[in-house]
Amino acid sequence: MALFTAAVAGETARRAARQGSPVSAVEATRLLVWRNMLAYRRHWPIFVTGFLEPVFYLFSIGVGVGALVTGFEVGGRTVPYAEFVAPGMLAASAMNGALYDSTFNFFHKLRFGKLFDQMLATPLTTMDVARGELSWSLIRGGIYAAAFLLVMVAMDLVSSWWAVLAVPAALLIGLAFGGICMALTTFMRSWQDFEYVTLATVPMFLFSATFFPVSAFPEWLRWVVECTPLYRGVVLIRELCTGTVGWGSAASVVYLVVLGLVGLVVVRRRLDRLLLA
Amino acid sequence: MTTTPRPGTGPSTSPTSPASTAPGSVVDGALRLAPYWATVLRRTWKGGVISALVTPLLYVVAMGVLLGGFIEVAPGELEGATSYLAFVAPGLLAAHVMTLVIGETTYPVMSGVKWHKTFFAMHATPLGIGSIVLANVGFILLRTLVVSAFFVAVLAPFGVFTTWWGAVLAWATQALVIGAFTTPVFAFAAGLQDETAFALVFRLGMIPMFLFSGAFFPVGNLDAPLEVVARLTPLWHGVDLTRMFALGTFELGPALVHVAYLVALTALGWWWAVRRLRARMVV
Amino acid sequence: MLIHARGLRKTFGDFEAVRGIDVDVPRGQAFGFLGPNGAGKSSTMRMVAAVSPPTGGTLRILGMDPAEQSSAIKARIGVCPQEDTLDLELSVRDNLYVYGRYFGLPRKEVRARVDELLAFVQLGEKADAMVDDLSGGMKRRLTIARSLINRPEILLLDEPTTGLDPQARHVVWDRLFRLKAQGVTLVLTTHYMDEAEQLCDRLVVMDKGHIVAEGSPLELIRAHATREVAELRFGAGGAQAEHEAVAEQVAGLADRVEVLPDRLLLYSDDGERTLAQVHAAGLRPTTTLVRRATLEDVFLRLTGRTLVD
Repeated sequence: MALFTAAVAGETARRAARQGSPVSAVEATRLLVWRNMLAYRRHWPIFVTGFLEPVFYLFSIGVGVGALVTGFEVGGRTVPYAEFVAPGMLAASAMNGALYDSTFNFFHKLRFGKLFDQMLATPLTTMDVARGELSWSLIRGGIYAAAFLLVMVAMDLVSSWWAVLAVPAALLIGLAFGGICMALTTFMRSWQDFEYVTLATVPMFLFSATFFPVSAFPEWLRWVVECTPLYRGVVLIRELCTGTVGWGSAASVVYLVVLGLVGLVVVRRRLDRLLLA
Repeated sequence: MTTTPRPGTGPSTSPTSPASTAPGSVVDGALRLAPYWATVLRRTWKGGVISALVTPLLYVVAMGVLLGGFIEVAPGELEGATSYLAFVAPGLLAAHVMTLVIGETTYPVMSGVKWHKTFFAMHATPLGIGSIVLANVGFILLRTLVVSAFFVAVLAPFGVFTTWWGAVLAWATQALVIGAFTTPVFAFAAGLQDETAFALVFRLGMIPMFLFSGAFFPVGNLDAPLEVVARLTPLWHGVDLTRMFALGTFELGPALVHVAYLVALTALGWWWAVRRLRARMVV
Repeated sequence: MLIHARGLRKTFGDFEAVRGIDVDVPRGQAFGFLGPNGAGKSSTMRMVAAVSPPTGGTLRILGMDPAEQSSAIKARIGVCPQEDTLDLELSVRDNLYVYGRYFGLPRKEVRARVDELLAFVQLGEKADAMVDDLSGGMKRRLTIARSLINRPEILLLDEPTTGLDPQARHVVWDRLFRLKAQGVTLVLTTHYMDEAEQLCDRLVVMDKGHIVAEGSPLELIRAHATREVAELRFGAGGAQAEHEAVAEQVAGLADRVEVLPDRLLLYSDDGERTLAQVHAAGLRPTTTLVRRATLEDVFLRLTGRTLVD
């Protein structure tokens, strides 16, 4: 109850802060996305090559190692290994894309570039900053996901029209990881702390049914893996790409959305504490 | 407002104190930097050690043990390995040594010439460019050799080494891999103005090499032109040599080619590194 | 009153940065907060900029409460923070343009305003350069230009010339004079006496979170110092004890004597005459200087400490 009251009080203060602001929430988000586009204009090779990593993994592990693997069963049907790995890479790249923007880049803007201090000297609010930065990382991730999906189609690794929804699903993964990672980044004190990010994401990348099914694990470990956000993302995208959508897919969607929104609220509160003290 | 220095409180400039000297050789100069690098190590080893050790192990478990569990190996399919784990483990050893070394020679070197300018501070003393490069390369060599020794020790119980001396030689091979990546990447970083190029080094150089230089699957499975490219990369030479020792499939001819290639690249990179760093710092 | 504060307080945990101050700044005034590092100037400025909620007391900016209408306040003020918070990923022009858009100003208006401001701070030729390539003085001027993008009614300047070389300082001062002439209300903090004397119509001296004096620069000098000061130095070996002894000898020659680690200050209305009396008393200082009293002397008198130490 106390938490609820605090949340309401925070909400009231936030609406009050917005009072009389010449910039609407939508406009503020648009401006921050546009600012990031301007900043990337000089670094377009970095933007463009960002989509290559999952493609390389797909060819190396999916095709190269795939020549040694017979294939795995998905939804009662055995699919070739590359078709099994590709959705995993799409999900993993959505995670990695969001990760870069919401950890290193966000930390730099927060602690060193003083970029957010600059923005908060204007009518923009902390929620505008959190929402704007997350939106940018989602747009970037969405472009990569769409490009990767085209590669999958070209390699004939997609067997259902549901796959069109793989791009929005990738955005949900970006939302979940972006929100959570930005929130965690506000607690980090130095670059050394990013070691923990590696320690959390490398196992997720390798063990979330990306390269092999969770049947490889003992029962208890399987349950742990099934609760991780990347696993939910991987199976969601795999269900979409193979046309085996079910209630489980809906649960994954809700799970990812909730993670993202919780992250966003935490980010706003932490920015209030850090920058508006 | 400044305080006036009082007599006797300032630093001593007495001519009777021992005179500072120029180092007698490049090695002598590099040794004078040992305390500096020891301090760096003391202050940073915790930060890097977890990912340096844990990441490759996770790859071994995920790819070698778990994915490998689904792979039936036909004789002769995996360059003499009897299991996918035995095939991929030495490959991952060399490939992770590469990523560690590139990590040590990109941003940290840029920091030395651009952000913290530690190399400039070193060069303001009697130390020469060669000593500065040698000390840094030596530091990376020792540090990465220690990390790979741990890695080899952890791999051994998986039964991926056929003999104990094969394991030792596979470990020693990493010294060649370290050299072949340290000096050229150091050189590249020392002359670079804008660090954004590193992202391209990682994405267009390091990751493709990691994935396609025979660590995960035999390069013979690549299309012919790509196979040629893969066989030209330094990582493939490192992977193949490491794997020879691990699997006990040693052949003198190819081994000598690998050693010669890696040593030549180290030497070339050394020459380039000293040249680039001098051009950057002595203007 | 554009800024109105009563009993304004700010604490960070156990640390009291601002301990109950009263401030009124009318439209068109150039108002200064003067004090050493840690006096509470920057904390006060952050509260006025509506980015730091006051711990106690009342604060009204442009008649509004910053706790409730921070965005509306920020829309009408300009902020030049102590550290340049320029956007290093953007060019000089884009820095101004993007920032202007954060205020919700129409594109066309911002574009025109950017050109105007680049000319005003003499950065027209650098419009397409990246911020990283600018000198310290140029960055400062760009930050000032940026703070003017929304035609602010109040311009807040936190240590506007700290860290700049003398020439760059004068360029910045010149631009601030022009703004003052245009009727912009300036509020600035500084620990430079000359800056406060040059720019401020009225100022408060802050020390340890309190306001210890208030008035125009001239009023403060009149009230807390004499017209002139004679400075005496007694060589490098001059120990504190030795200075104290000399101070007793010259005590009768001046209105007031201050002993500093490296010199003695003799306050009187005629410095030359005081100096002649010092020599007549048989004292032989290695160097002497007679100058007009400044705010530095006011500060020394009020707090017993020098400003920059």
